Amino acid sequence: MGGRWIDRLGTAAVAAVPLLVLIAFFLYPVGGMVARGFWPGGSFHPGGVWDVLERSRVHRVLWFTVWTAGLATALAVVLGVPVAFVLHRLSFPGQGLLRTLIVVPFVMPTVVAGVAFRELIAASGPLGGLHLDGTPTAIVAALVFFNVSVVVRTVGSFWEGLDRRTEEAAAALGASPLRVFGTITLPALLPSIASAASVVFLFCSTSFGIVLTLGGLRYANVETEIYQLTTQELDLQGAAALSVLQIVVITGLLVLSHRARRGSPALSRQARPGRRPRWRDTAVIAWSFLVVAMLMTPLATLVEESLRSPDGWTLANYRALQTTGSDDALLVTASSALRNSFVIAVQAAGIALVLGVIVSYLVSRRPRTGAARRLTGLFDGVFMLPLGVSAVTLGFGFLITLDRPPLDLRTSELLIPIAQAMVALPLVVRTVAPVLTSIDPRQREAAASLGAGPLRVLAVVDLPHAWRAVLASIGFAFAVSLGEFGATSFLARDDSPTLPVVIYDLIGHPGAANFGMAMAGSVVLAAATGAAMLMVDRFRVASVGAF
Amino acid sequence: MTGLAVRDLTVRFGSTTAVDAVDLEVPGGSVTAVLGPSGSGKSTLLRAVAGLEAPASGSVAYAGVDLDRVPVHRRGFALMFQDGQLFAHQSVARNVGYPLRLRHRPASEITARVSSLLDLVGLAGFEDRSPATLSGGERQRVALARSLAVEPRMLLLDEPLSALDAGLRERLAADLAAILRAAGTTTLLVTHDHEEAFAIADRIVLMREGRVVQGGTLDDVWRAPADAWAARFLGYAVVLDGGPARRLRDLVDPAATWASVALRRSAIQLQDGGPLSGTVLAARVGPEQVRLELEVDGLGRIEGVADPGHRVQAGDRVALGVVPDRLAALPGPA
Amino acid sequence: MRTRKNRQRLLQLAAITATGALVLSGCGSSSADTANGKVLTIATHDSWAMSKSVMAEFKAETGITVRIAKNGDVGELTNKLVLTKGDPIADGVFGIDNTFATRAIDEGVLARYTPLIAPASLRQFELTGNGQSYLTPIDYGDVCINLDDTWFAKHKIAEPKTLDDLVDPKYKGLMVTPAATTSSPGLAFLLATIGHYGPTGWKAYWEKLLDNGVKIDAGWTDAYEVDFTAGGGHGDRPIVLSYSSSPPFTVPKGGTKPTTSALLGTCFRQIEYAGVLKGAKNPQAMQKFISFMINKQFQAALPDNMYVYPADTSVALPADWSTWAPVSPDPISVSPADITKNRTQWLDEWRDLTTR
Repeated sequence: MGGRWIDRLGTAAVAAVPLLVLIAFFLYPVGGMVARGFWPGGSFHPGGVWDVLERSRVHRVLWFTVWTAGLATALAVVLGVPVAFVLHRLSFPGQGLLRTLIVVPFVMPTVVAGVAFRELIAASGPLGGLHLDGTPTAIVAALVFFNVSVVVRTVGSFWEGLDRRTEEAAAALGASPLRVFGTITLPALLPSIASAASVVFLFCSTSFGIVLTLGGLRYANVETEIYQLTTQELDLQGAAALSVLQIVVITGLLVLSHRARRGSPALSRQARPGRRPRWRDTAVIAWSFLVVAMLMTPLATLVEESLRSPDGWTLANYRALQTTGSDDALLVTASSALRNSFVIAVQAAGIALVLGVIVSYLVSRRPRTGAARRLTGLFDGVFMLPLGVSAVTLGFGFLITLDRPPLDLRTSELLIPIAQAMVALPLVVRTVAPVLTSIDPRQREAAASLGAGPLRVLAVVDLPHAWRAVLASIGFAFAVSLGEFGATSFLARDDSPTLPVVIYDLIGHPGAANFGMAMAGSVVLAAATGAAMLMVDRFRVASVGAF
Repeated sequence: MTGLAVRDLTVRFGSTTAVDAVDLEVPGGSVTAVLGPSGSGKSTLLRAVAGLEAPASGSVAYAGVDLDRVPVHRRGFALMFQDGQLFAHQSVARNVGYPLRLRHRPASEITARVSSLLDLVGLAGFEDRSPATLSGGERQRVALARSLAVEPRMLLLDEPLSALDAGLRERLAADLAAILRAAGTTTLLVTHDHEEAFAIADRIVLMREGRVVQGGTLDDVWRAPADAWAARFLGYAVVLDGGPARRLRDLVDPAATWASVALRRSAIQLQDGGPLSGTVLAARVGPEQVRLELEVDGLGRIEGVADPGHRVQAGDRVALGVVPDRLAALPGPA
Repeated sequence: MRTRKNRQRLLQLAAITATGALVLSGCGSSSADTANGKVLTIATHDSWAMSKSVMAEFKAETGITVRIAKNGDVGELTNKLVLTKGDPIADGVFGIDNTFATRAIDEGVLARYTPLIAPASLRQFELTGNGQSYLTPIDYGDVCINLDDTWFAKHKIAEPKTLDDLVDPKYKGLMVTPAATTSSPGLAFLLATIGHYGPTGWKAYWEKLLDNGVKIDAGWTDAYEVDFTAGGGHGDRPIVLSYSSSPPFTVPKGGTKPTTSALLGTCFRQIEYAGVLKGAKNPQAMQKFISFMINKQFQAALPDNMYVYPADTSVALPADWSTWAPVSPDPISVSPADITKNRTQWLDEWRDLTTR
């Protein structure tokens, strides 16, 4: 009689772990920060928050956010879909390297990419002739740079699993390749494109470092506006209004993305290997190489700068990573910061993995009742929220809420790994959950009927299917954590900073040597994240980096 | 000439040769089945004919015209897969009308043609259904209607009935045969199921490991399997050679010279006073005959049948006769 | 039986993961050290840098270990302190400057503390009113227009001298500055123009600056390292807003003379203060550290580490500083109280001007 209740209690207990962590380290801090806006001086004054939304500057900021994010999303889709085809439907030597390269921008620290972009488009840079510096075009280009890989991975992994014979049937019925794409492939891809587009829009509209570096003050989006209102003007009502707005829009987008995914078939795990390229693929391959080249140009600029000194070509900048910079610009050497980054990334990946696997396990079950299904959907969605909520609000929220036992963590060394884990968690869930969902539930039922308990079922059914995805998600979480800057930078930084923070510190100090060292550090960081992603690619898990 | 002519066709995937120097003719208006086990290269052959795989060497020609440089969509063939591959995001009517829309036929003509095609495949009134709501058999019928919509020069069927359950398969096979003959469409069919091949095709080509083992009319192939493997694949129950084969030869045709022979299950029958004798190992009563497992003296373990009236049981000694036209002599030893 | 066992397993699993998470969240808080006075936490801005030997000296003298917590730029630092007032994130603060000082004081972030013994020259940098009993001046720096002398020499164009010169069409498109809204030197430059042209005149000046093609970047880094001709990125603008202490860093290897110079008539003086936070766990240790910061050794180390001038003017400057980085004899000033009162309005007006 009570058995079902005990089962439910068990599930609830398992679900409670990640939920409690999310509440403690995300909802509570963000809520605390927003509450400060609604309760200025201790009494409830919501009117002040709504008044903010009538400011003309806020309207300008909103419009700028919407149009840049919208345009960047459209461009990322246009650029990314052909690349998804080339990297996921064809098969040729060097493809693995290309797949890795394309993800590197996504895991790059925004501060590094921002400077790389500026180096590129500044009037004196290689693309100076285009006069992009300080224009919204530059911002949109940088947003596209960061997000093309999301489109490629999401659409690509879905495309890989599509049954090619449908297209072949259409071709045999007389449809030209273009026609097959337009009438068969594209409609079938739409759910994945919609899903990718909504996530890209989310990333673009909450982008912080890029808009701040490239937009200067002329252009601000909601995220940089929250930053300014909070850190410079202490206008908590304004910040709260924008944060709430952000959460509402993001929830809408997540619902949209969830709907789009729901209509699509489960991920195919036995995708046919891609075919070899033919002559008629030339255009699309050329397009892909062009896109990859575009993505690599800012990175190439970094490499070039890292090898340059006022006296010519040199490796001195790399040797300097063993030091604290010229005039002791740093508290620790860059190499020990790299070590810190590794330690923190391992911790963050560990936390994200434990929580992410639990969340994936729970959302991959297929509940029978509608209410339970909705609950699962809600559970899934709530863990995606950290992707889209302002890092400023979260960072300041940590400061004002995590100051009392048992959560007196403001100065804890674990705060940074936890904050990074919150950022990596959605990525782990999106990597592991689709694989677990694709397991035929009858396999688990068969194992259980043969006498396997829940843990044993996990070991004999889920694990053999999902271990690659789990390992890949560790690598991905690790790479993301290595490059994470936004959330980290708003937490108190002390004597054990991460490499992105050190790079940021270095470029904030005058002197060509420090600048070169920052560039060298950036190259090392990009190489480390690239290596992590290369390892991830070896597992050939289609869902890595897909949404 | 009309119809399809494949000459010396070879398709390779890396170091494996999937189709190895195959010659194949599909005369205009005929239904030809390529029969082979999985991995025999038959599907690759079909895909190469459709233009989906690039041959390493050899040629594919239709009506005397080489198709080497003709892309898939210009070959005027229609390809139908095991599971139909209906376009999930389109209604039944839009699926069937798809090739017509490609050819920019007027809407009124498309509507009329779609409804007459659905009629032909027995799905009148299914226009607005979504493929997701159809049964397996219904989906195959829609796929067939779609394939026939533009009167293709040739229809290519890849295991069209394999995904269906037995009863449905039998019915649809009969319908398919009738529809194909009514439409007069040249058809190339690949299957691993000899019953499917026999039910639909009038010519058969047997493939193994990328090579054609034999080909001809149903009757030719059925009567004279090229070797023991072919015989077993075509559904013969047992192949005998050496002493047992000689003993059987002496019994049915002492003048013949063959050294090896394939027997259908019904070749050995319970017959009072028959020339052979044996022991019943097992007997199972079926609706039309009793199926026997026998230890035949001088021949070994063989399957046989008895009329349903006979009451036999394991351990009985019985007399047995041979039905000569249920034997097929094989060239060479098994 | 079996199902009950399964349930037990499931509950065990839940319990294990829950404990794991609790252990994870529990183990990093080590407040024991802070309580017994051995660790001093100082909140500061991102530009903090101090040589290890100097810090080791403090540890040797007092037995106190200093933990530096960088908290963004001055604005972010101040606002974090305001938000965590009553339960501060550190024991003391270093780096609040004269543009944010009165906000910190007015919001009640700081505890009253005045060092007993201080060099006489500190007086000139002290806040007026009761501010001096909360914040002790430690260093100062002049935010000034910098020029790439090499560029001007090469292009044979006369260098600008004053703020007025900068709107001369001769220098159209040659200047870059960080934004007042996102950068503290940027704000300093805005205050310099407000101090020089008055609370009404500055807007007209900025309109002319904008007409003359001034480029506005987000931060000092972007302006100096990317757009300035003598910066790391080899930009294309030879006039940049930076510090009077920047030129010595442009002495080329093997050279003796910097390639850039500061315009001393355009400077706004930023004074950085240290103070004890109200509600600090370890206020005595911070008091000791403030005393340490105004002694000669720490003061002498400031220029090389943080590119600022020691508030104790009797301390000798590094050789190249005394030659190539003189401070402004007559910096432009705006009173801290005026800044706090008008900051939001000025910034709004400035933003409206520059984003038009």
